[in-house]
Amino acid sequence: MSVAVDRAVPLPASRRGARRRVDGAPLLRGAVGAWLSLIVVLPLIAVAVRSLDNGLAGFWKAVTAPQAVAALQLSLVASVGVVAVNAVLGTLIAWVLIRDRFPGKAIVDALIDLPFALPTIVAGLTLIALYGPKSPLGVSVAYTRAGIVLALLFVTLPFVVRAVQPVLAELDAEVEEAAHALGASGWTTFRLVILPALLPAILSGAGLAFARAVGEFGSVVLISGNIPFRTEVAAVNIFTQVENNNPAAAAAISVVLLALAMAVLAAIALLERRSTRHERVD
Amino acid sequence: MSALTSTLPVPAGDVPVGKKRPIEGSRGARLGLRAVALAYLALLVLGPVVLMTLSTFAEGIAPVVEALTTPAFTHALWLTFLMVAVAVPLNTVFGVACALVVVRHEFRGKGLVDALLTLPLGVSPVVVGLALIILYSPLGGWFGPWLREQGIMVIFAPPGMILATVFVSLPFVAREVIPVLREIGTDQEQAARILGASGWQTFWLVTLPAIRVGVAYGVVLTTARALGEYGAVAIVSGKLAGRTETLTLHVEERWLGFDPVAAYATSVVLALMAVLVLVLMRRLEPKEIGDSG
Amino acid sequence: MGIVVRNVGKRFGAYTALEDVSIEVPDGSLTALLGPSGSGKSTLLRIVAGLETPDRGSVLIEGRDATNLPPQERGVGFVFQHYAAFKHMTVRDNVGFGLRIRKAPKAQVRTRVDELLGLVQLDGLAERYPSQLSGGQRQRMALARALAVEPRVLLLDEPFGALDARVREELRDWLRRLHEQVHVTTVLVTHDQEEAMEVSSRIVVMNHARVEQVGAPADLYERPASDFVMGFVGKVNRLPGAYIRPHEVRICDPREPGCEAAEVERLLALGFETRVELRRRRDGQRLWAQLAPDELARLGLEPGQEVGIDLARARRIGDEALLAGTAA
Repeated sequence: MSVAVDRAVPLPASRRGARRRVDGAPLLRGAVGAWLSLIVVLPLIAVAVRSLDNGLAGFWKAVTAPQAVAALQLSLVASVGVVAVNAVLGTLIAWVLIRDRFPGKAIVDALIDLPFALPTIVAGLTLIALYGPKSPLGVSVAYTRAGIVLALLFVTLPFVVRAVQPVLAELDAEVEEAAHALGASGWTTFRLVILPALLPAILSGAGLAFARAVGEFGSVVLISGNIPFRTEVAAVNIFTQVENNNPAAAAAISVVLLALAMAVLAAIALLERRSTRHERVD
Repeated sequence: MSALTSTLPVPAGDVPVGKKRPIEGSRGARLGLRAVALAYLALLVLGPVVLMTLSTFAEGIAPVVEALTTPAFTHALWLTFLMVAVAVPLNTVFGVACALVVVRHEFRGKGLVDALLTLPLGVSPVVVGLALIILYSPLGGWFGPWLREQGIMVIFAPPGMILATVFVSLPFVAREVIPVLREIGTDQEQAARILGASGWQTFWLVTLPAIRVGVAYGVVLTTARALGEYGAVAIVSGKLAGRTETLTLHVEERWLGFDPVAAYATSVVLALMAVLVLVLMRRLEPKEIGDSG
Repeated sequence: MGIVVRNVGKRFGAYTALEDVSIEVPDGSLTALLGPSGSGKSTLLRIVAGLETPDRGSVLIEGRDATNLPPQERGVGFVFQHYAAFKHMTVRDNVGFGLRIRKAPKAQVRTRVDELLGLVQLDGLAERYPSQLSGGQRQRMALARALAVEPRVLLLDEPFGALDARVREELRDWLRRLHEQVHVTTVLVTHDQEEAMEVSSRIVVMNHARVEQVGAPADLYERPASDFVMGFVGKVNRLPGAYIRPHEVRICDPREPGCEAAEVERLLALGFETRVELRRRRDGQRLWAQLAPDELARLGLEPGQEVGIDLARARRIGDEALLAGTAA
């Protein structure tokens, strides 16, 4: 069963020559660099430059204006609180979705992504339907800080759940069973065995949720009523400044907001790098 | 935004036996946790969405049909599709290119590219809108006045809205494709090169088919984000009804115009699109994570 | 010469993968690059294929300078340890890939693929996907894919490393027979000395980024050029300043001239042969001899028994070794 080796498809003669290869790599890198510069970098630089229109003093004045401070404070505090709640409940939901069994679980699991897929303005409107002035439950949180918290809870729900779920699925149930067998109670097992394994995922999900919450606009704008000093969040404050044709002040507050979100995203990146290094050592 | 690594087929023998067995803990505790989780989801997500849908049809179907046939609505629908039709292909092509550069190339500044691909997730939509105003406003923007002289309007016009949509939906394709590219490794691509394929042929015949599920998932996420963008578009569009109004802006405009039925009806249309997106995501997602039962 | 590698050096950051390596692979030979992991053998193979660029030195394939050619213009076939199967293509499309890239007529591709599938004994599996094949079948498919484009040289990077022991044995045997049929210049990278000895006609032993010795399997065994080759290729007893292979230790009568007194410490049956562990009286030196069953029966050895050992075949390290390099 021999194969006639010589009677083969020869390499086309042109390929054999010492023709220089056209290397597409620099071209691709150039295209990617140009794209990201135009779409992401240039706009953000514009904001940073514009925030200094009236010098550092102008920047400082804009971000320390009482209304701006109140708005930034509200966004920061509400975001931290909301992220804390969703870190706990998100982990709990992830646990239920991975380790528990009940009919309709697949639907519940799909429901988690709804806040991500639903446009923010629609999210705000749905919350008003149940918790607004015409609430059939008789609870109205419209035009209150509670309304803001509710909207932020809604839009940040998927982050921790989706970060924790795959890690929990990978985590061997046998490890938990071993801990049980050694006499640890459910709570002790969770605290000493499960939680440390989940912590990087929880923090990573919480970080993304925070970055989202602190700049949230669409879901909040209808339910909060945007009352200065009471229910005006940072993003709404920026929007108002733009509408009032005060882009320098808007840019200054934007820089503060960006810095907050960037710091958190950078912290996550660092955390992820550290945890992958751990894995490699294993 | 789950990592797609687990979509790759795993040899049947490699699945640890005990992994997915539910823990035999205290039954009471388990039921308690389940109740808390379901109650939270019912109050936060399901209840509001169901109630909004019911409210939409509270006065029958006629007002809904009427609201969904106005010229303002149909124009908003068309404009929304335009946003998606431009932003999604652009972000797909460049998203895959960015992922290739981050995973397959070695160069200085690679970390920066990687960071820029996550950055838009942390930028408030309002800030995106502001940035585009600063750059392209015909009144005092960096490039706006010059562009206007050329007859190009960016702000208060579709180009600005498209730029805003592209910004906010930029990360998804790249972020989904990056882990898949890492997972498949370079062996197949090197084999193709040795067999005589050019870089371009290797990409079309070997790399792209290998990452297609990741790309598809990224496209679905990008579409969802592009359909639903509100804040950034709200700032750059000027919200001119019938001209620069997308569906999300139409919802707000109708709501503030004391026309809750139209606002709700449009919301339901958007919500149905969201559900469609969810269904597609389920189809593409690794089975393991979605349904571990 | 099929392949000539001249003074090739390669560093990865601070790590030196290859330090001034030169080898020649004769036309039509089956040569093994043998060495422990990290010895640089895979890097050398990848440099020949064009998958890595050397920092210095040159590579000639069939007399043509290939140092700066991209992989697709070198006319090499490459088989990866983990198959590198195109998972989304059928076996037929995998094997025909290189021909399709070269725009060969469809009918010709079909005939050629069928021929090759026959050659690697995968007839009837053409429409399967790689995930439906066993590891051994996948590797044979990869080999057919590499051979389809009539490479001038065939490069195999630990091709059997991911397979279990039994399949590995079968494929070694099969590869040797295949090479007798197609006669393409072949380089096989392996860390398994048994595999290298069994399959190839020539072995290049590598260690710490350098070539230690080149020769026919028997040369390396009989005349290792260095302590490393001696230890890496075959079993060995190390004596002060010399070495002897276990099968070269002759057990004799202690009164015979040239025999030294020793004590049998332990007998260990290793399948067909038996390992006799010995202790030399004179200095307590421990060594072992390898005996065939009939010899063992003739001697009737028992633990604790006093015997003689004849170490006349012991050699100094490096003796005759310089000859080995050119012997092949």
